[in-house]
Amino acid sequence: MNRFDYNSSVLTIFLKDFRSELRTRYSLNALLMFVITTIAIIMFAIGQEAPSVEILAGMLWIIIFFSAMSGMSRSFVSEEERGTVMTLHLIATPASVYFGKLLFNLVLMISMNFVTVVLYFLVIPNFVVRSFDVFVVTMFLGTVGLSCSATIIAAIIAKSNTKGTLYPVLSFPILLPLLLTVISATKMAIEGATLSMASGEFQILASHILVITAASYLLFDYVWKD
Amino acid sequence: MNVQVNIEAVDIKKVFNRRVIFSNICFSLKEGSALAITGKNGSGKSTLVKIIAGILTATTGDLIFSINNNEILPINRFKNLGFVSPYLQLYEEFTALENLQIYAGVRKLNFNYEYFLSLLRKVGLFERKDDSVRTYSSGMKQRLKYAFALLHHPALLILDEPQSNLDSEGISIVSEIVKEQKQKGSVIIATNDKADLQYCDKIIDLDLKVNNSNI
Amino acid sequence: MKFKIVLGIVFTIVIIAGLSMPMVPLPQRWYELPIIPGLEERARIIFFHVPAAWVAVIAFILSLVYGIQYLKNKKIDYDIKSVSAAGLGFLFCILATITGAIWAKFSWGAFWNWDPRQTSIFVLLLIYGAYFALRSSIEVEEKRASLSAVYAIIAGISVPFFIFILPRIVASLHPDPIINPQAKIHMNPKMLVIIFASLACFTGIYYWMFKLKVCITRLAHQQQFNKEN
Repeated sequence: MNRFDYNSSVLTIFLKDFRSELRTRYSLNALLMFVITTIAIIMFAIGQEAPSVEILAGMLWIIIFFSAMSGMSRSFVSEEERGTVMTLHLIATPASVYFGKLLFNLVLMISMNFVTVVLYFLVIPNFVVRSFDVFVVTMFLGTVGLSCSATIIAAIIAKSNTKGTLYPVLSFPILLPLLLTVISATKMAIEGATLSMASGEFQILASHILVITAASYLLFDYVWKD
Repeated sequence: MNVQVNIEAVDIKKVFNRRVIFSNICFSLKEGSALAITGKNGSGKSTLVKIIAGILTATTGDLIFSINNNEILPINRFKNLGFVSPYLQLYEEFTALENLQIYAGVRKLNFNYEYFLSLLRKVGLFERKDDSVRTYSSGMKQRLKYAFALLHHPALLILDEPQSNLDSEGISIVSEIVKEQKQKGSVIIATNDKADLQYCDKIIDLDLKVNNSNI
Repeated sequence: MKFKIVLGIVFTIVIIAGLSMPMVPLPQRWYELPIIPGLEERARIIFFHVPAAWVAVIAFILSLVYGIQYLKNKKIDYDIKSVSAAGLGFLFCILATITGAIWAKFSWGAFWNWDPRQTSIFVLLLIYGAYFALRSSIEVEEKRASLSAVYAIIAGISVPFFIFILPRIVASLHPDPIINPQAKIHMNPKMLVIIFASLACFTGIYYWMFKLKVCITRLAHQQQFNKEN
């Protein structure tokens, strides 16, 4: 019965969002359909052609980027729309709210990207990855980086009037270094590079995650407080 | 349970989107007493209570909130106050009991199931504790907000329009809660209802403050 | 006033020098510039393009600094300065992009080919665009000021990553012939003097425009305030 019996603000906020999502399925169903439709469109577009690995790697990240943009904006917008922002103000520090939401976005994106990648492998036979270890690390770091950057932008756009359209516009310049790096790392994975060959890419991804998360943590107060 | 509460507001002014909402707000409040904030619609009652609660920051002026002579910074003020208002929203997809569990978890309170039930009994929602808040009437939601506000035994209780949406039974529950809270700490009530003023020892009228800002 | 006169005179000299000093294979006289193989007369754009790009970057940093000041002090005047700096920076950023694209057309054969520098200026354009899109969608002044400052900081710290990323990516996208070794110009001292003079002039004119813009924005702000109260 005591499903919220955790002595941690971050974890409780995460669990609240998680259970709320399971109950209402505002994002989950829509996101799943989004991924399926996008992959279907890509399959129609490819037809009988055999696109190069570069294009396939790029397309995978296009799907991931836009599904992230449609999924993660909800994290703060939903609180804003329901009017529960003040409730959170009254029970938690900004830092707990930020990390709770970040944790939720991380879990959402990791599960979403897992589904996306599995589907992508299944329906696009040309997409063969030679070094699987590089691919897994790339996917993991890319997903974490995407969630970290997108969470603070989600907090910003939740306070604006044009929430949905603005989200990819604001996120893209910040995510571009990350996207360029993951696309290049994915290509390396397809071509069969070893982990050490891709270590430069991994370092960039890891430092991007650290820098953006640290800055978000420091700046979140200004976004969250009215 | 004898806490010393001391709230000292000096010359508070709030400008919002180039408009001066109020200025020259000064008051002090100690444990065992209640303060009423009155003023017509749009006079900034809710803004002032939000500033006291630390949700908004004043443009200028100081507000010092101390408990047992320890100053509580705005960032930590939420730990020591309960807040009830019509514009506060609870999580509608969860039940009343789950809502209390969430707030207790986020506040890192000791998990006391019996205590949650006693709170729900106090506000008269015990029978409906396992229904989701979405199915509640507005009066029931208002009652649940009192349970939300009292969950962590706050030293200060802030009530913005305490009686809104409540029936006569609800109103008597509120007066009970206010009396108890005055034993434990202090109360601030933002209201226009004459009936609420009976609990209060001091009154700030925001209309007067704006008209004669040199007072 | 003196500042404007000096700026006007120096800028005129720089423009005349930049456009009309002849480029010859073996410069002998003081007014002759060396010819750069493969670039010839197209090299002249460097006197105007590089300073514009420089100002676009400086303006962004200035806007960022004022944004941080705003977050610290919550004085709306810092936001006025921040947005004025960014507005003019956007203008110079567009100028740099267009002049760069024109040069690329005649030097590399296409207006746009994702050269590292083109990519960087493109990202800067995107950031400026996103910054103004964000500002126009928030009505409450204080909120607009703090959110746009936060966004500028987040965007600002993600930019340095391109320094590490672009060499890797471009190397894989573009073979050598597209990024010409000519892009690394061996600079003649006389040309350097003109470039630095031009840099100073562009910075000066930016400073002057910035002052004016801040003045205008403050007045508009005051007018709005009077109207509402």
